Amino acid sequence: MIPGAIHAFGQLSRLAVLAFLAAFVLLIAHPLLAQTDCLACHGDLTMKDNSGLSIGVDGPKLSASLHGNLKCNDCHADIKDYPHPDHPAPVQCATCHADQQNQLKGSVHADGKEHPCTSCHGDAHAIFPKTDPRSAVYPLNVPTTCGRCHGDNGDARKHGLPSVLPHYMDSIHGFALSKEGLLVAANCQSCHGSHGILSHTNPQSPTFKANIPKTCGTCHAKIDMDFEEGAHGKAVAAGKMKAPVCSDCHTAHAILQPTESAFRMQSTPICGSCHKDKLSTYRDTFHSQLGSLGGYVETARCWDCHGAHKILPASDPAAPIAPANLVVTCGRCHAGANASFVRYQPHANARDRKLNPALYFVRLFMNLLLASVLTFFVIHTILWLVRARYDQIKKKSAEGDHHA
Amino acid sequence: MPDLVQTAQPSPSAPASEGRHIIRFTAAQRTLHAVLFSTFLGLAATGLPLRFSESIWARGLAKFVGGFGAILFFHKFCALALTIAFLIHVKDLFQRVLVKREKGVFWGVTSMVGNWKDVKDIFAHMRWFIGLGPKPKFDRYAYWEKFDYWAVFWGMMVIGFSGYAMWFAPFFAHFLPGWALNAVLVIHSEEGLLAILFIFSIHFVNTHLRPDSFPMDMVIFTGVENEEEFKHKRPLEYQRMVAEGKLDARVGQKPQRWFLNFSRIVGFIAISVGVLLLILTLTAYFG
Repeated sequence: MIPGAIHAFGQLSRLAVLAFLAAFVLLIAHPLLAQTDCLACHGDLTMKDNSGLSIGVDGPKLSASLHGNLKCNDCHADIKDYPHPDHPAPVQCATCHADQQNQLKGSVHADGKEHPCTSCHGDAHAIFPKTDPRSAVYPLNVPTTCGRCHGDNGDARKHGLPSVLPHYMDSIHGFALSKEGLLVAANCQSCHGSHGILSHTNPQSPTFKANIPKTCGTCHAKIDMDFEEGAHGKAVAAGKMKAPVCSDCHTAHAILQPTESAFRMQSTPICGSCHKDKLSTYRDTFHSQLGSLGGYVETARCWDCHGAHKILPASDPAAPIAPANLVVTCGRCHAGANASFVRYQPHANARDRKLNPALYFVRLFMNLLLASVLTFFVIHTILWLVRARYDQIKKKSAEGDHHA
Repeated sequence: MPDLVQTAQPSPSAPASEGRHIIRFTAAQRTLHAVLFSTFLGLAATGLPLRFSESIWARGLAKFVGGFGAILFFHKFCALALTIAFLIHVKDLFQRVLVKREKGVFWGVTSMVGNWKDVKDIFAHMRWFIGLGPKPKFDRYAYWEKFDYWAVFWGMMVIGFSGYAMWFAPFFAHFLPGWALNAVLVIHSEEGLLAILFIFSIHFVNTHLRPDSFPMDMVIFTGVENEEEFKHKRPLEYQRMVAEGKLDARVGQKPQRWFLNFSRIVGFIAISVGVLLLILTLTAYFG
């Protein structure tokens, strides 16, 4: 029996230790309130506090959520037992989510009053992982979540920020996301990040001009590679910030398509804002004249000949404007383009005698012809008009005299 | 100029009070002018938005015509129609000179080719403008009319050739130097601009809007001119006809009322469109 007694004693002592520990926890630490305890009251979804705010909690949803296994006062830390104060202290998410809190502190959304966690993550009692369609930060829900502030009537407008949601929703990214449900399509946080969103003026920001090619390149890797090899990519890499990056031509949110007339109408002036001499000589061509009339998709704009992402000088054999490639490049629009056809100069300057002497003299001759013919005949016709009118009046008054 | 005497119909004895109507243009010549001015208006209306594509009205006008695609289509359509009319005219000239052995095509008082009298007329006319001499007497074609004719003839070849060179550039590139492909646009647009400015201001005023003809010289539509007007405007031709006894043979039918009204409407529309295009051109040019 002795071994049995010893065993029984051991059992007892273990129980005693457990009981002691339990008593310690209950006495020293504040009591952990089970969800069921609180839900006894707060499970009523119509429950309101004395200022009219809803304080009901959807119990089943809470237990299904990411925080379903937490006790209520894991978050509502100042509530220790019942009855509890009328106005418990605000919940500090940072207690567990310190990393996110730190990122947020340095971001454009640092003001916790204006941007509480719930402004993006939604109902605190129904937080789901971002891979769950019920989450406010599930990729397909991100634009609507951000758009609540960054849309047409959003609070972001109070800070002078433009409404970007409609532009995004109409873009190829927005379309892929909202219509096709493509999870890989860029949503707001793909480019801007989430907790640590920085202004585009901050060199650390993924939307800072120099970082944009890499940001877009996260998905558009091949285009990024092309861009970095081209003249503009090299310029940006060398710190020449006047060079365009993706968003200068495609815009940031609307993401204009090269096939859209809006893009074709605005791309030329964008290139021309730096390449002024090239724009003015382009303006003299039929390409520009027809293209300026709006939307004509098939007349050559800058990048139809120069390429878009990997722009190379004519001296580079790989450039579409390298002499050896011109027949192919021009031939894309001009069926039957041949070696003599491509001697056409798309940037000839009829005002430059040294560069294009033949053209210069042709223009000079035409202008002189126009000026001399018109000058002579305008004078001739005005004198004639005056004289003929004078004779007419004289004749009439003579007739009048005759009749009198 | 075909001999008008032969084409003239003997007139029914018209009442003296109405005066007789003298034939000045054949039906073929009037048709040629009609084709010329309608296609020219079409070419101008579709060419100007291209020439001044940066101007505020260009896009609106392009849209009115039916968009950038329609603009090119109409421009080429009118160009083809005008080319055909031009070729028919050249064929007629060859036929008259080589087949019919007609005299007076290249020289003489009824020729379109300028002569020494035209040079003298220019100076005499200008002296008359400023009151330094009598008004010169003109024959069938006055110097400014000959200028109009040759301006169109030259313009047709220059604008036509440069236009076709752009239309079929890869083909023309075979025998044109490289810079010429650039030059054809300069030539086409400058010569086109000259034609537009000239026709819609100088030709309109000289031929239609000056006091003697105001508001429109209907002879290019009806082909006939009142005898008094004919005598006043072409004294030399009138005297010659009388002296040679050919005047009676040149008397034509008084134009029908409906045809006269129809011509007036067409003519006024043409002149209005032309003046409108002239205003647009000037606003774009100086704007």
